[in-house]
Amino acid sequence: MERRELLKMIALATGSVVIGGEFLLSGCKNQNAGKGLTFSEDDIIFLDEVAETILPKTNTPGAKDAQVGKFMTVMVTDCYESPDQQIFKSGIEKLNEESKKLFDASFLKLSAQQKTQLLIQIDANCKTFNKKVDEEYDALSLEERHKLTLEEHTTNKNYKTEKLRQNPYRFYTMMKQLTLSGFFTSEVGATKALRYVAVPGKYEGCVPYTKGEKAWATS
Amino acid sequence: MPGDTTHINTKAVTQNSYDAIVIGSGISGGWAAKELTENGLKTIMLERGRNLEHIKDYATATKDPWEFEHRGRTTEEQRKKYPVIHRGWAASEAVMQYWTNEEDCPYTEIKPFTWWRAYQLGGRSILWGRQSYRWSDFDFEANAKDGIAIDWPIRYKDIAPWYDHVEKFAGISGSTEGLPQLPDGQFLPPMDLNCVEKDVAARIKKVYKNNRHLIIGRTANLTEAIPGRTKCQFRNRCWEGCPFGGYFSTQSSTLPAATATGNLTVRPFSIVTKILYDKETKKARGVEVLDAETNKTYEFYAKIVFVCASALNSAWVLMNSATDIWPDGLGSSCGELGHNIMDHHYNVGASGKVEGYEDKYVYGRRANGFYIPRFVNLFGDKRDYLRGFGYQGGASRYSWSRDVAELNVGASFKDAIMQPGAWNIGATGFGEILPYHENKITLDKNKKDKWGLPILAMDAEIKENELKMRKDIVAELKAMFEAAGVKEIITHDDGHAIGHGIHEMGTARMGKDPKTSVLNEHNQVWDAKNVFVTDGACMTSSACQNPSLTYMALTARAADFAVSQLKKGNI
Repeated sequence: MERRELLKMIALATGSVVIGGEFLLSGCKNQNAGKGLTFSEDDIIFLDEVAETILPKTNTPGAKDAQVGKFMTVMVTDCYESPDQQIFKSGIEKLNEESKKLFDASFLKLSAQQKTQLLIQIDANCKTFNKKVDEEYDALSLEERHKLTLEEHTTNKNYKTEKLRQNPYRFYTMMKQLTLSGFFTSEVGATKALRYVAVPGKYEGCVPYTKGEKAWATS
Repeated sequence: MPGDTTHINTKAVTQNSYDAIVIGSGISGGWAAKELTENGLKTIMLERGRNLEHIKDYATATKDPWEFEHRGRTTEEQRKKYPVIHRGWAASEAVMQYWTNEEDCPYTEIKPFTWWRAYQLGGRSILWGRQSYRWSDFDFEANAKDGIAIDWPIRYKDIAPWYDHVEKFAGISGSTEGLPQLPDGQFLPPMDLNCVEKDVAARIKKVYKNNRHLIIGRTANLTEAIPGRTKCQFRNRCWEGCPFGGYFSTQSSTLPAATATGNLTVRPFSIVTKILYDKETKKARGVEVLDAETNKTYEFYAKIVFVCASALNSAWVLMNSATDIWPDGLGSSCGELGHNIMDHHYNVGASGKVEGYEDKYVYGRRANGFYIPRFVNLFGDKRDYLRGFGYQGGASRYSWSRDVAELNVGASFKDAIMQPGAWNIGATGFGEILPYHENKITLDKNKKDKWGLPILAMDAEIKENELKMRKDIVAELKAMFEAAGVKEIITHDDGHAIGHGIHEMGTARMGKDPKTSVLNEHNQVWDAKNVFVTDGACMTSSACQNPSLTYMALTARAADFAVSQLKKGNI
């Protein structure tokens, strides 16, 4: 069980709706957010390629159809704290380095298959790292976690975010999260890749489901 | 003090005179306004924030997800401006227009304290969680039986007819269960539990021999239309404001009723800085208001004053009133004003995976979850702590945000997450917090808010009883989930700072004795009988049920009493 899923359910019970919010990052505040951060058209093309590799066009639209690259730059510019912005921005160069290490060519020059292979490898690294952070946190005693929560209120620093920032491939986690939230909350993602009903009008707690049917876009 | 002067400008008195003044327009203030105006009293409702018009001002309520520039996330700018709102789940792009500007309205944290405020017409009734549960005599008798703090001056029989009254009007959906610790009410049809929740409920019932119950939440969402309001459309976006009037808020419910009487005046941007206390009559003669926009000061006069500014702000108003007689404010003669602050502690529970049910799904978005009513320290059960807790949670299928076992990139990954994932279930406890005299708020006279008014300093924390309870909340939920066949159970306890439950209460408690309580059994301030405090401030203990329904019932009850006393000439 992912904690964010639980938080979402609690939010549901307490009346809040989280629009794609469960997959977004949180952390401390920083006075220099947004300072000197710019993304070029080339950056957007690069990010679109990363996104399309994660969620390619199939018989349903892909990430590029939802302009996920552009979406990433808006989110990072407006919503990310300064340290995360730096991690994200330098991630473009880092991903090219990884690409060169593995295939002796920059990311955009790779074949679709090579791009996928590279991202799968980095994805696995991130998964291992993030799982370790989760496990370390879950292993803390009740008293320790209580203390951390209270500290968070005064320092505005999130224990887990600080740990997650130490992941050398943190940039990829960000790109992937933004790809997923950007795509599935977009109009094509929500209505073509998923099913979206703005006003359901009723609730039925037990309806038949056949494998292959699309999930609801919002919960 | 200018407000305490006996000099009266006759013209202003005529213009600014009403039968009743209601301070605040949230759940309690809205109810006070409705009941008083319907009883023929010319009433002015004073709201410190802006006006917020039903439907028209719910700026985001009909937007599709992709129309939110940041898809629900707040910006760094908002994070800096609203640091407290960002502690937890309250920060969302969709509702930032409702939260109070923290730069304008600071408070001091002697101990960590989360205060989520919403200063506008309707207050937090726009944003509230809508869970609506009655208290029982297990709750009203608890302090007396345990020898904790003071006894409640009322019992269930005193409030039961008023629960009926407010439930019928507000529209509460729920199931009839016959549980003594969670009395049934005047319910609209219950919402559905989903298939997993139904089966987990059945297994819990069997394993615990019908002593524990998983029921659908009782919520102030309409499952049937009532006059002037459309039923819930299951969009699950309540807190953005509902264009259908599908849930209870001041705007959808009490305000239209009060307005229809022709007896209501609403004045936004009106910060009540003090109650004007008359030494001769030992009553309030009105209030002083600072206009939040113009910074001009006004006086309003009335026969009765209802203080419904929310638990902490109601105490703040009292603390700033009649200070020439009582240095710590009106109602402070007992030494309890601002003390005994309570809340409900949560963010503690468990979750896990439910196998099977792959051929089951849901339709619609239920703005509600399940509820497991209290079962500890009841019916012969005894724990190493006092009181108890309930659980709130839900079961659902994982969304696109889940991890997939192997491939996490590419077409097959996309194909997998376009479909719903496995079922999972989770819940959090909502636990009672005892009233501790030393848990208190005071005026921090060294700091001022935007209008130069003193701010509050919070000095409160949960203690050993609550910490012991949290351990049990985790252990019992884990055991119940195991008994119900839930797999891969993960427990969590993320700690609790008072206020985070958004159920602040107790700062002007009711009691039987003016020496130990601020209010009497009718919510009258012992030291000024025409002043009634009926929001969370009045609570003598916290129980573990969500408290708003009880505020509604106490407010309606006090309003009825106030009207009868006015008629008799007693106040």
